[in-house]
Amino acid sequence: MTEPLLQVRELKKHFPLESPIPFVKSRLSVKAVDGVSFDVYRGETLGVVGESGCGKSTMARLVNQLITPSSGTVQFKGENLIGMDGKKLRETRKSIQMVFQDPYASLDPRKTIGELIAEPMVIHRIGDKTSQKKRVEELLEVVGLSQYHAKRYPHEFSGGQRQRINIARALVLNPDIIICDEPVSALDVSVQAQVINLLKELQREFDLTYIFISHDLNVVRYMCDRIAVMYLGKIVEMGTYKEIYEDPKHPYTKALLSAIPKENPHDRKERIILKDSVPNPINPPSGCHFHERCPVAMDRCKREAPQLIDTGNGHIASCHLLNEQ
Amino acid sequence: MSTGQQGIVLEQTQVKTKNEHSLFRKLIRNRFAAFGLFVILLLILTAIFAPVIATYPPNKMNVTKSLLGIGVEGHILGTDNYGRDIFSRLVYGARISMLVGIGAVLFGAVVGTLLGVISGYFGGKWDSIIMRFMDGLSAFPFILLAITLMSVLGQGLVNVIIAIGVGNIPGFARVVRGQVLSVKHSEYIEVTRSLGAKHSRIIFHHVLPNSFAPLIVYATMSIAGAIISEASLSFLGLGVQPPTASWGSMLQDGKDFLVLNPHMATIPGLAILITVVGINLFGDGLRDALDPKMKA
Amino acid sequence: MSEELLKVENLEVQFKSGSAITKAVNGVSFTLNRRENIGIVGESGSGKSVTATSLLRLIPSPPGKISGGAIHFDGKDLLKLSEKEMKSIRGNEISMIFQDPLTSLNPVFTVGDQIIESIKTHQKVSKKEAKKKAIEMLKLVGIPAPEKRINMYPHEFSGGMRQRVMIAIALSCNPKLLIADEPTTALDVTVQAQILDLMKRLQDEFNTAIIMITHDLGVVWELCDKVLVMYAGNVVEYGTVKEIYDQPKHPYTWGLLDSQITESVSEDQPLTTIPGSPPDLRQEITGCPFAARCAYAQDVCFTNKPKMTEVGENHYAACHFQTKENRLDRKEKTAHDRAIVTS
Repeated sequence: MTEPLLQVRELKKHFPLESPIPFVKSRLSVKAVDGVSFDVYRGETLGVVGESGCGKSTMARLVNQLITPSSGTVQFKGENLIGMDGKKLRETRKSIQMVFQDPYASLDPRKTIGELIAEPMVIHRIGDKTSQKKRVEELLEVVGLSQYHAKRYPHEFSGGQRQRINIARALVLNPDIIICDEPVSALDVSVQAQVINLLKELQREFDLTYIFISHDLNVVRYMCDRIAVMYLGKIVEMGTYKEIYEDPKHPYTKALLSAIPKENPHDRKERIILKDSVPNPINPPSGCHFHERCPVAMDRCKREAPQLIDTGNGHIASCHLLNEQ
Repeated sequence: MSTGQQGIVLEQTQVKTKNEHSLFRKLIRNRFAAFGLFVILLLILTAIFAPVIATYPPNKMNVTKSLLGIGVEGHILGTDNYGRDIFSRLVYGARISMLVGIGAVLFGAVVGTLLGVISGYFGGKWDSIIMRFMDGLSAFPFILLAITLMSVLGQGLVNVIIAIGVGNIPGFARVVRGQVLSVKHSEYIEVTRSLGAKHSRIIFHHVLPNSFAPLIVYATMSIAGAIISEASLSFLGLGVQPPTASWGSMLQDGKDFLVLNPHMATIPGLAILITVVGINLFGDGLRDALDPKMKA
Repeated sequence: MSEELLKVENLEVQFKSGSAITKAVNGVSFTLNRRENIGIVGESGSGKSVTATSLLRLIPSPPGKISGGAIHFDGKDLLKLSEKEMKSIRGNEISMIFQDPLTSLNPVFTVGDQIIESIKTHQKVSKKEAKKKAIEMLKLVGIPAPEKRINMYPHEFSGGMRQRVMIAIALSCNPKLLIADEPTTALDVTVQAQILDLMKRLQDEFNTAIIMITHDLGVVWELCDKVLVMYAGNVVEYGTVKEIYDQPKHPYTWGLLDSQITESVSEDQPLTTIPGSPPDLRQEITGCPFAARCAYAQDVCFTNKPKMTEVGENHYAACHFQTKENRLDRKEKTAHDRAIVTS
């Protein structure tokens, strides 16, 4: 395979907890992202799935340096973003854009659509007023809106249209990677399908690379080439979408897949119903973080954290059971 | 380029634009706010056109015609103990009230907003330092603070404005800080950060414009307070220098003639009352009109 | 089994905002038998939640108002009852659970207090008995160590656990009908599976009928016997789950089914979508509310509003071109159809 576009190694973010005693640093911390490594290749879509609190959104913000990592490296086109000086980082960031979850909250209500889409160009001082205006009009058409929309304000648009505006803004600077943080979760089904189609078309047209974060396994399967499953700050399984959906190795992935609601009323699905919900990340369980909820946990799982094991075809998973076989 | 061909026939959105026009209409529909607006406009016009409106020079004494009653000898509101025309003094007093009211609030708003933004946006150490300082400032009773400042700065209109303005700083700083804190965590601020914007751009293009509504309401209400403060200072003899007409000093002059000639004190008192009530009603109306939750 | 519990006839709900009147619900009718589950599906703004809250007469008024129709529940017309009589029905004969269990629990009372309060409001029992019942309920909804948990506050529970508490409160008085407004939308998939599983289990135990409001057809297939498809305040299709899935009749239902992303959708093909977005309900809609987005619309659709007509056994649709005599052919064969053929 070719050189990866983005290389993430041992990325960690520990948020220190506020200590109850003033001026004393607390030793407790939330390990939101705890040693995540993956590669993203040009033109592919890497899906990141997991339940709330698994650290997928924090991971997205670490990749584009919205949050400074505690440790680890993020290499984009061979250059480490972490510790890069401000000016150069600003330059590199042009190539890494983000689309956020909430289409209602992600647009400044006091700016027109034209101003919002042009903003990245204004920030990075690209072009003059006329060329910026031209680019905005061009992008409005690209995402399926009309030129006259540039003069309107966000509240005049529906959720799906707003997400199109967000996408247009992310495209303005011709990025290489777009990190999509739950871009369709807040949308109705029919609109969700419109936005997903748009994202797929844009990928083809502009040779985009996506990191696609979602909790919806069906959406991820449709969108992504490879999928990483996260649980409590760690990747527990990663592989091509076919491998993950047809031959999941980790018991958590299996449970996630079985939890997808029925596809039709005739469907007779075998369910793995997990106990409880995701434990508190301040005080994660010993050994394998999943062992308390795992239907096939062994003694060893309580003591020892499993390592990611390569099971072939670029498919990796961290479970002691894989060693036993 | 024809992406999004999928028959994305986007219907023209029919949602009405919430613009300034409808804000004004909402204000006018509220009877109290309309009254407040009327009072404010009247006051501003009076202040601007004082020389035209006043029937006599405000400081011209005429001992032979002192303490005239209302309407006597062409003095619409009578005269005071020096024979000065009360109506004309009232009209010129409006100038002082408006100047001090608006000036002091502007001063407080500019400094307070600056401190509030720094405090709310950057947080941490700056937040603690600024806000503790603000706490200290507001620990002084307002009038005491103004008196102290006046005795340090010396008398004069500009100093009155500064003295009252300083007292207004903590209020503005708090309002702005609170607003900035809530706006700061909006997703669109995070989006702008992810685009690589600098702090100054985020603050001036996104945080401040979205913190404005409560700021305007607070500023309007504060003008009423500043007018009262000015009157109090002048009443105590610390405000505008005599013989310049100010509602506070007119009140002071009138208090010795309460029994003999009650209108000398009641007229400026009424002027202050109506002004303050008017501004507060307008402020209330403005808040309701700006608050989207009160829309229904 | 087939005894009728609830009959809603031509329910209309309006919201007034300034001079604009929004017809949030515009003539909804359906029936529900004892122990039966109905799913109300639709997108945001379709009026599905408003329909449900108006069954309990909990529409905030003003601005909202039930402006027409009848709700027959267990022999009573709910719209004719006094507020006091209505109170004895809420939480007792009809209970409701909401999407966000955190905001529907009072943060300053323990979970136990809230269950006990709900029991004591409707049943003449001592505090001790009520507490015993509360613990029993918590055990039933699968909360471990209920004796201990009963003294904890809502914020000490996870989202899934809170929803279990809500279900415990809702079922504590043996209601005949449970209205669930998007109960699993805010939850993680694995927790959603737990809650759906729990609801199915408890239904067997309590013999409750359920109205499930959701935007997720998967949840409907999972739990419901009947479906009501709503669009812009109107019912567009109504029938048994099997009928609606196997022989959907209304073009909107087609669109809804087709735009679902399921395992049988091929990744290589674009998803089927419904173009455009729902209409602004403040504007008067003449004709079929879906006409503007419908690929099959003709002139008549923009001028005349279609009536609900029987299109199959216990299956109704509101489309000019779908009647017993008339048949509209679905244009595209989609992945969804292929799935039926192959299954």
